Amino acid sequence: MSVRVEDLKIYYTTLRGEVKAVDGVTFSIGDGEIMGLAGESGCGKSTLGNGLVFLEGRMRHAGGHVQLDGQPLPIGDSRAMEAFRLRQVSIIPQYAMSALNPTRKIGRMTADLLKSRGVDYRKVLEEFKRRVRLVGLPEDVLDRYPFELSGGMRQRATMVISTLLNPSLLIGDEVTSALDVSTQRAVGEMLMEFRDRGYVKSTVVITHDLSILAQIADSILVMYAGKLAEKAGTATIVNNPLHPYTQQLLASLPEVGLRYDEAPLLGIPGRPPSLLDPPKGCRFRERCPFAFDKCVEEPPFVELRPGHEVACWKALQEAQVPGGPMVAQEAAR
Amino acid sequence: MKKVVTYLVAFFVATTVDWGIPHLMPGNPVEIYLSRFNISSNTQYVALQKTISESFGVNVPLWQQYLDFWKGVLHWNFGISFYETAPVTHIIAQAIPYTLALLVPAILLSYFLGNRIGAMAARRKVLDNVVLPIGYVFQAAPYAWLALLLAYVFAVRLRWFPPSLGSNPGIAVGWSWSFILSALHHWVLPFLSVFLVSFGGWSIGMRNLVIYELETDYARYLRSLGASQRLVRRYAYRNAVLPQLSGLALALGVVVGGNIVTEVVFQYPGLGHLIFLAITNEDYFLLQGIFMFIIIGVLLANFVIDIAYVVIDPRTRLSMTGATA
Ligand SMILES: Nc1ncnc2c1ncn2[C@@H]1O[C@H](COP(=O)(O)OP(=O)(O)OP(=O)(O)O)[C@@H](O)[C@H]1O
Ligand code: SF4
Ligand SMILES: [Mg+2]
Repeated sequence: MSVRVEDLKIYYTTLRGEVKAVDGVTFSIGDGEIMGLAGESGCGKSTLGNGLVFLEGRMRHAGGHVQLDGQPLPIGDSRAMEAFRLRQVSIIPQYAMSALNPTRKIGRMTADLLKSRGVDYRKVLEEFKRRVRLVGLPEDVLDRYPFELSGGMRQRATMVISTLLNPSLLIGDEVTSALDVSTQRAVGEMLMEFRDRGYVKSTVVITHDLSILAQIADSILVMYAGKLAEKAGTATIVNNPLHPYTQQLLASLPEVGLRYDEAPLLGIPGRPPSLLDPPKGCRFRERCPFAFDKCVEEPPFVELRPGHEVACWKALQEAQVPGGPMVAQEAAR
Repeated sequence: MKKVVTYLVAFFVATTVDWGIPHLMPGNPVEIYLSRFNISSNTQYVALQKTISESFGVNVPLWQQYLDFWKGVLHWNFGISFYETAPVTHIIAQAIPYTLALLVPAILLSYFLGNRIGAMAARRKVLDNVVLPIGYVFQAAPYAWLALLLAYVFAVRLRWFPPSLGSNPGIAVGWSWSFILSALHHWVLPFLSVFLVSFGGWSIGMRNLVIYELETDYARYLRSLGASQRLVRRYAYRNAVLPQLSGLALALGVVVGGNIVTEVVFQYPGLGHLIFLAITNEDYFLLQGIFMFIIIGVLLANFVIDIAYVVIDPRTRLSMTGATA
């Protein structure tokens, strides 16, 4: 397993208290695995993704740890993290369209960046150009300013820059969201291409667009209100989801698009709870049609079937009925 | 280029307004001029009125006056000041060195120091807590208030510097050491009062701009990729300086107007003081001449900014070529 995340907590310090945006998540990603990360807006996807690379201003590492290639990743210590960034962990941020300095040519900016990381730009220049061509950009974008490119071109340039030093873990935050459908498909395929060529080992693809995940992801992790709801292989999540939230997420999608948006979901009344003071017990309880008395306690995130983890009392009980799916021993405790 | 046409139109309009000012003001320049003399006999008055009208060029129809004014502008001739009884251009030429010597160093020095200190304050809390309040006080201080304070403390109380004038009136104006020393001595306090106020403005502006730039997406991205603090700061500084630079060009552009308040408080014989005198003495030709100077200065400065921006900021280059293509 190249990435192991254990009981990770990342909180925002605000004037009104701590926002528990990522509140105890545990998962791992294998070598060469593309893991989709899904969930409604405000569930903590970006916080988790950013947290693995760069904790900015108000973000705080409130607990848990992360291992990368068998070594601890010191995410709470920004100084120590510097050495890991770009080389071991990297990100295509949600704001990729505005991520490039407007007053520097793209090649020049990359050269400045690499120089400050102690990398000789001339040595990677050929490879840089090759990858620029690979993502379908003309080589001369290196001599252009970001505002001379379209949003999609900037996005792809950012993609190449972020992965130039072949990181073990790449976070792609909403890389396809602002693009039109055909470009989305192309960008999705590029992510797979990058993985196949070994430019990146493990990839986390954060998105609202489940249809993209269905195409490119090996596994899908569903988050709800700072907690994990369900994780399984892509086919299992799409065809056989066990968590009511995942089921509703899928049910609310139009047949063709497999896409949900930032607006409140049609199929799921209500909104995710405030993470400033999240409810006790199952955080989905208020919106869950199956909620019962057990749900005032927090459901454990356990493996109900091989490779299929769920945090839901109902799913857990059904798994335990004789003749039902495999029983998870430790969950019964 | 479209820009050049814009500037020509602006120049034309501004010059026309400048010409129109005395015509809109109450009173007739000829009457005002004559009222300065004690003329008893009526025939004498009428005769004088005729001569003066001719010499002022107001005895001809309006359109002729307007054309004459343009002719004057193109020949750099704005008539005679009736308060000094000397050619307007001559009086202005005498005031210009004082204004330039006062304002250009004050603006440039406060610009460079303000940018440095402001950028440093943006990233050091301790310094910020010192610079911010001081900067706000200086920036918000009315020129007159600060100038009077300086005059009171350093001239009246401590007697380190003279409280007024541009040099010792006993020393002839010229390239003599005694004159230069005296001029320098008189220069310090007005310089300080201009310097401090604009230093406050530049440093606060720079501080806020750098803080803004350090929060932008590109700065965040660079940090996420492990770029050194130095690189992030260098980019932030470069981008923050751009708006400051156009502020600088503008400040230098209006230099030709002098700094009225400071120059009046210290009776410093620059253009600002001259404007004040021209207004209080209702010396319209002089005022017209000075305004012409300011118009040309501001337009030139703007022109220079436009060109400088095209050279410095790639974004404008695109919009320029986009506009002309
Ligand atoms: N800078 C911040 N300060 C305080 N709270 C924040 C901050 N950024 C995000 N949050 C809160 O943290 C929670 C998770 O935000 P996050 O951006 O991780 O969500 P997300 O799942 O990425 O949403 P989206 O799909 O809209 O990108 C939200 O409730 C949000 O209000
Ligand atoms: S634990 Fe209860 S409330 Fe939560 S999803 Fe399962 S059934 Fe619904
Ligand atoms: Mg997000």
